[in-house]
Amino acid sequence: MTTYVLRRLLLMLPVAFLVTVGVFLLIHLSRGDPALVLLGEDRSPQAIAAIHHELGLDQPLYVQYGIWLGRLARGDLGRSVITHQTVSDAILERLPATLELGVVALLWSLLVAIPLGTIAAVRRGSVADHLATGFTVGGVSVPNFFIGIVLIFVLSVSLHLFPFGGYVPLTRDPYESLRHVLLPAIALGTAGAAINMRFTRSSMIEVLNHDFIRTARAKGASWRRVVFAHALKNALIPVVTVVGLQIGGIIEGAIVTETVFTWPGVGRLAVESIFDRDYTVVQGIVLLAAFSYMFANLLVDLVYGWLDPRISYA
Amino acid sequence: MSNAPALVAAAEPTLRGRIDPVELLRRYPRVALSAGLVALLFLVALLAPIISPHDPLAVEPDNAYLKPFTSGHVLGTDELGRDLLSRIIWGARVSLPVAFVAVGVGLVAGGLIGLVSGYKGGLTDLLLMRLIDALLAFPALILAIGIVAGLGPSLTNAMIAIGIVGIPVYARLVRAQTLQLRQMEFVTATRSLGAKPLRLVLGHIVPNLLNPVLVQVSLSAGFAILAEATLSFLGLGAQVPTPDWGQMINAGARFLSNDPWLAIAPGLGISISVYSFNLLGDALRDALDPRLRS
Amino acid sequence: MPGGAKAHLLELQNVRTELQLRDGVLTAVDCVSFHVDSGETLGIVGESGSGKTMTALSILRLLPRSGRVTNGQVRFKGRDLLALSEGEMEEIRGAEIAMIFQDPMTSLNPVFEVGWQVGEPLRLHRATGGRESMSKAVEMFSRVGIPEAARRVSQYPHMFSGGMRQRAMIAMGLSTEPSLLIADEPTTALDVTIQAQILELLRTLNREFGTATILITHNLGVVAGMCERVVVMYAGRVVEQGPTRDVFAHPQHPYTWSLLHSIPRLDDESGKPLRPVEGAPPDMLQLPPGCKFNPRCPFAIEQCSKEEPELLPVKGAQLARCWVTQAGDELTEPGA
Repeated sequence: MTTYVLRRLLLMLPVAFLVTVGVFLLIHLSRGDPALVLLGEDRSPQAIAAIHHELGLDQPLYVQYGIWLGRLARGDLGRSVITHQTVSDAILERLPATLELGVVALLWSLLVAIPLGTIAAVRRGSVADHLATGFTVGGVSVPNFFIGIVLIFVLSVSLHLFPFGGYVPLTRDPYESLRHVLLPAIALGTAGAAINMRFTRSSMIEVLNHDFIRTARAKGASWRRVVFAHALKNALIPVVTVVGLQIGGIIEGAIVTETVFTWPGVGRLAVESIFDRDYTVVQGIVLLAAFSYMFANLLVDLVYGWLDPRISYA
Repeated sequence: MSNAPALVAAAEPTLRGRIDPVELLRRYPRVALSAGLVALLFLVALLAPIISPHDPLAVEPDNAYLKPFTSGHVLGTDELGRDLLSRIIWGARVSLPVAFVAVGVGLVAGGLIGLVSGYKGGLTDLLLMRLIDALLAFPALILAIGIVAGLGPSLTNAMIAIGIVGIPVYARLVRAQTLQLRQMEFVTATRSLGAKPLRLVLGHIVPNLLNPVLVQVSLSAGFAILAEATLSFLGLGAQVPTPDWGQMINAGARFLSNDPWLAIAPGLGISISVYSFNLLGDALRDALDPRLRS
Repeated sequence: MPGGAKAHLLELQNVRTELQLRDGVLTAVDCVSFHVDSGETLGIVGESGSGKTMTALSILRLLPRSGRVTNGQVRFKGRDLLALSEGEMEEIRGAEIAMIFQDPMTSLNPVFEVGWQVGEPLRLHRATGGRESMSKAVEMFSRVGIPEAARRVSQYPHMFSGGMRQRAMIAMGLSTEPSLLIADEPTTALDVTIQAQILELLRTLNREFGTATILITHNLGVVAGMCERVVVMYAGRVVEQGPTRDVFAHPQHPYTWSLLHSIPRLDDESGKPLRPVEGAPPDMLQLPPGCKFNPRCPFAIEQCSKEEPELLPVKGAQLARCWVTQAGDELTEPGA
């Protein structure tokens, strides 16, 4: 098991290397000359050169990359140009809000997807199945910021059932925290719910055709038991893959949702930093998003082993 | 959470070989319905100058915040007195070309990478595929946002970014097809007869890829419209005063309590367009996938 | 019916089972009547597609979605199974009637421990707790000859060989000590050497538990070694039934006759040529008029292609669906 994880990590290295090069180049080449930003009025060549030397910008590009990578390896993502806070601190400060949003969104998506997908598979061709199938295409077609806006309009502006945006930390007031997180989580999780439902449905249909389902029926297990106790575990194996990708993509979806609901998470930090031209912060968040996505893939493989005993990590 | 069904679609094989379009529409009502919706969208975009009742950019401060169905403004007007319906209609003229250029970028660049990768093999293949892996290591929207952040916010840059995001799907699709073909005996045979190998491969790959690419382009177009709207909503794509749906939602969200239409109408525009393309892709896949035809 | 006033354990009367296909309705089982008594082993033989499995699935009401029993009765311990509610049927499946299937490789759920699966009928029907059902599974494992039972109950199906999986299936079926076990081609998917072991196991357990068994097979040798009585099926119908010894010695239906003449016998020194059953298996969607076997029958007379015979007593305890033998004629080698 440990050797398997190590081997997988080793295999990730080339891709991880390319990812860092990509992020470095993109941000480095595009951010313009920071000396001009820092100097303001006094733009004498000497002053510019001095700043360049100070920031290491007079070194060849690969040396700059090496220095940057060296810092990165030590967990040093640099400092924000605007607030001078370290990037890791800035991200860590915002991370709890994003995680709460992401976890509730994921729960919402599974809570919708697994029962609906199962019902659609069991009652194939029924009205419920057609509705569910319509939802699988519809759910991924409506942008999550639009879902968010409609939810705000209906449930908070018109009916005053939920607060409009804002974040209350879970540790301060769990009830208020959940009340605040619900709408953004639904907005964020609906596309995932549609994808998960599609996978649950098709996978359940396939599993229900297997011989071992008939064995379970022959034992006297009821349909309900056959579906939920026997078939579901098999059916969920492929669903794990997409769910894993969704976990890795939490930051991605959060960018938009957090903007709609003024949710002080990592996603909103990314958008703010782009407009502030605070590229070290953007760089840090993009790296975080890419790496959590890659690690989610690894996690998927490990969960696979738990769900499907036929897979061994020898 | 990734709104990218496109990445999922490529994994599923589709029937190769020619299919009569008329037959397809006749036998699969879902294909016909969604193709009709898509055609309607194109028509709206094409005829925008003719069918839109007002100039989408004409500012009339005296007519600001008109409710729907007042004095010739079917959907009312926005905070600057611009006609909402006209802006929605013109929005199609912004979204569709962006989406199709983006899909074109992904298709051409990805197709070339896949072709070279599959045809050359060896080290070239290894390096190119690692590059594709690196692109896939980013969640789709993060990659697009990262690129736009680097290039600077604009509609053109959003288009380029969405195109780059689409590269891996097509690269993998074309590479798999090329590899499969390279192993077939007739390729070696015709090669020994002096046929130009690349031309041969192209001549055989293109028809074989037609169906899967058709499905993929349709799904990618849906994703591209969605991504463009998202970037513009964040302020990273279309800039004011372009009548762009995502941009309009961003502006309209501030007036939700009194004039919800300003945000909801463009949202419907996006949703219907993306839905049409996704439905078309989905219906085509069902129709062209032999495994689903039991 | 033969058997007198004593009630049979299981009795099928005129059962018809139809499958709804895309290009029409297929009558997979028609006019099927037979019975099983407590403790006995009944063989059902026939080619693939002759309706053996569909008959078994009709008894347990486990037909595929497209299938439906449209006629007849299935009486088990005096109750008509076809008239029971789904809930009542669930109480019979696995408790009173157990079934094991042809392919042990696909009949077990790959993601659950074998012991969990074997113990499930007990948990469902005997209100046995989780731990108790596991120790019962260990006991059943030993009884069906799975070595290292205590360790193997917590393994997964992919760690079992085909023969061991079929033993586990048998353990699962017999754990609740049902009155009837239906074994559908239990050895077909296994190696020859393993086949003999599994059959021997079934024979032993049948004695120990006193369980009546329906053994479905296409192998006449298996029937000869295992079953007191045999039912021969062709094209969804019972064409002959009777005590195994009599049926094998003096088949009263030309199909049975052809089957018996198609198997090579080591003790056959007569030098007679081996004779396969001639002609192609019937097209179940377009069955011929009259006796369904008449196009392939070496003894067919004019009446055979016009009118279908009933299943009637012909000789001793033997019943046959044949105009020729019902008229009292013998089935002898044509041209001999």
